[in-house]
Amino acid sequence: MDGNYILYKLILASVILLISLVVAMYSTLLERKVAGFMQDRLGPNRAGIGGIFQPLADGLKLFFKEEFMPGTADKFLYILGPSLTMMIALLTSAVIPWGNSFIINGTEYTLQVADINVGVLYVFAILSIGVYGIMIGGWASNNKYALIGAVRAASQMISYELAMSMSIITIVMMSGTLSLKDIVDQQHGMNWNVWYQPLGFLIFIVCAFAECNRSPFDLPECETELIGGYHTEYSSMKLGFYLFAEYINMFISSAMIATLFFGGYNFPFMDSLNLSHNALTIIGSLVFFAKIAFFVFFFMWVRWTLPRFRYDQLMRLGWKSLLPLAIINILITGFVIMIKNHL
Amino acid sequence: MSANQNIGSLSGRSKIVSNKKMTFAERIYLPAIFGGFRITISHFFKKKATIQYPEETRPIAEIYRGKHVLKRDDEGRERCTACGLCALACPAEAITMIAAERKEDEMNLYREEKYASVYEIDMLRCIFCGLCEEACPKEAIFLTNVTVPSDLHRSDFIYGKDVLVEPVDKRVDISHRQTPEVLAFKKDKNQSHNV
Amino acid sequence: MFSKYLFFILSFIAIYAALKVLISKKPMHSVLYLTLAFFAIGGHYILLNAQFLAVVHIIVYAGAIMVLFIYTVMLLNLNIQGEFPKSRLMKFASAIAGGMLLMVLIAVFRTYDLKMISDPALNQIGLVKNLGKVLFDEYYLPFELSSILFLAAMVGAVMLGKKDIY
Repeated sequence: MDGNYILYKLILASVILLISLVVAMYSTLLERKVAGFMQDRLGPNRAGIGGIFQPLADGLKLFFKEEFMPGTADKFLYILGPSLTMMIALLTSAVIPWGNSFIINGTEYTLQVADINVGVLYVFAILSIGVYGIMIGGWASNNKYALIGAVRAASQMISYELAMSMSIITIVMMSGTLSLKDIVDQQHGMNWNVWYQPLGFLIFIVCAFAECNRSPFDLPECETELIGGYHTEYSSMKLGFYLFAEYINMFISSAMIATLFFGGYNFPFMDSLNLSHNALTIIGSLVFFAKIAFFVFFFMWVRWTLPRFRYDQLMRLGWKSLLPLAIINILITGFVIMIKNHL
Repeated sequence: MSANQNIGSLSGRSKIVSNKKMTFAERIYLPAIFGGFRITISHFFKKKATIQYPEETRPIAEIYRGKHVLKRDDEGRERCTACGLCALACPAEAITMIAAERKEDEMNLYREEKYASVYEIDMLRCIFCGLCEEACPKEAIFLTNVTVPSDLHRSDFIYGKDVLVEPVDKRVDISHRQTPEVLAFKKDKNQSHNV
Repeated sequence: MFSKYLFFILSFIAIYAALKVLISKKPMHSVLYLTLAFFAIGGHYILLNAQFLAVVHIIVYAGAIMVLFIYTVMLLNLNIQGEFPKSRLMKFASAIAGGMLLMVLIAVFRTYDLKMISDPALNQIGLVKNLGKVLFDEYYLPFELSSILFLAAMVGAVMLGKKDIY
């Protein structure tokens, strides 16, 4: 572990952090644009060409708003809530392989911050602690709507985590590794996991919506019943952190979907192009970001299409439909793998 | 069920709720969800209804009834003679005026011997029906295609002569409201109070 | 050298958080300090090169059990006024119970010989590949039995949710 290596990893981590933040920033604009276009409107288009400076204006507005804290709030936890949410949202990006590797002067530089051998489990761990920020914030506000929002968030995320983990287990069974890089490398060309695991993909994407608290499962913050849900009492940039973390989560979820089911940085006919390794890596990364962009768009598409689920419907879907389906999927996958090994 | 039918609905609007069992396709939601996706994405590519307001404005009809104008005649004299017919015709009672007698040296300012020294329309009361225009025997008041702008105080909506009377050098074109048909209608003795 | 400092930092956090669990007046703070202690212990696992154990520790304890703890504490609305005064007998009984636990711990650690493990093969035991081999080889039956137990629990949870099947 020499100094060069550490420097490279530091630079890579900062770049990925920066990209996540910028993408999340512009997702807010994209969301408003998509919402507008789907409702036969134009969306924000006054700040800069096509509203390109709108996220900056929004951020600036949030910074200049009054910092409000309820008198009965738990001061430390009230501040901890949004910070924790933001931090946890950014943690997952460390294990996602954003591209293959660059070979410069015989040294290989991988485009992944940490290729840990329990990558998939690491993602689960981050997912499972993601609920803390929301729960702490909701409880510390000392507000009944915030509390109900926090309770809803907690039970929703615990419920859907289960089915989500089960759907990824099939991928782990097929590829025989927990490392995300290995999983991506096994999906070379068009050999994507989604062709083998359509049911797993469906379960995963539904659970991803629930984990991100996105519509149609945005019950923790549903405006019509709970005012703002867990962030009712928040204002200024603390609120901004909560809202921003949602978009980062969306970006990371899209990246995970692309990594696990859609081949990550692999793309069709990548072997027949006859390009050098480095050029292939650049194209691969671009393809990966295109896939992410599509899924971010898909998240928005769903939000502006489907109405919100009722709370009992949400729980019924999670426990009685998705969980049994995920278990059946595991059984089928195990059965097929067994038959394949015996042939 | 049958008892309900015997009693009948008191309001006559009751509906029999159908709780039929959903088919498998309906229960897994997915076909309906994809139907929804199809609709929203089709709207995504449709022509947008938005009008970029300050740069472009919605086209309005030729005979749009907006802010009033008090016309001058060809020599630049005010036509209004403060007869009060417009105020009488006004269903919203938005028009008030005070009449005054023309002095010797004001011959080039007012056409008639009697004129309105104060002429006010309360734009908050006005319903832009155009009856004042119809009532006017002197062809003095007309509605134009200018929209009355919003303002901050109620008092600012009472438009006086300074706003209503057309400037001498900037005549307001009301020819589209004075088509031959309109003039003929106004001259018709059976229809009109204009004698 | 670097990991030694990390060890001391993590140990300090773990012990501080564990003490805070007892000292804190608000139950919510106690639960959160317990979570922090779990994270510190997870860090210890990583120092011991047992990444699988560390991640599973965080998933199970921090991600599932502590969330349920917080959930309960949030709904119960526990506060200082609501705490009922404990009788003298109760305090006496708890002191004896705690003292006995301490004695058992001392008895265990007195005879236990702590050795520094320097065998590189044993150093890798915590990695997921080796752990999997051990689990599916030596401890095949207990592993399968416990997974069937979990499956049964999960099916039971789903069945409890189905109102019409009693």
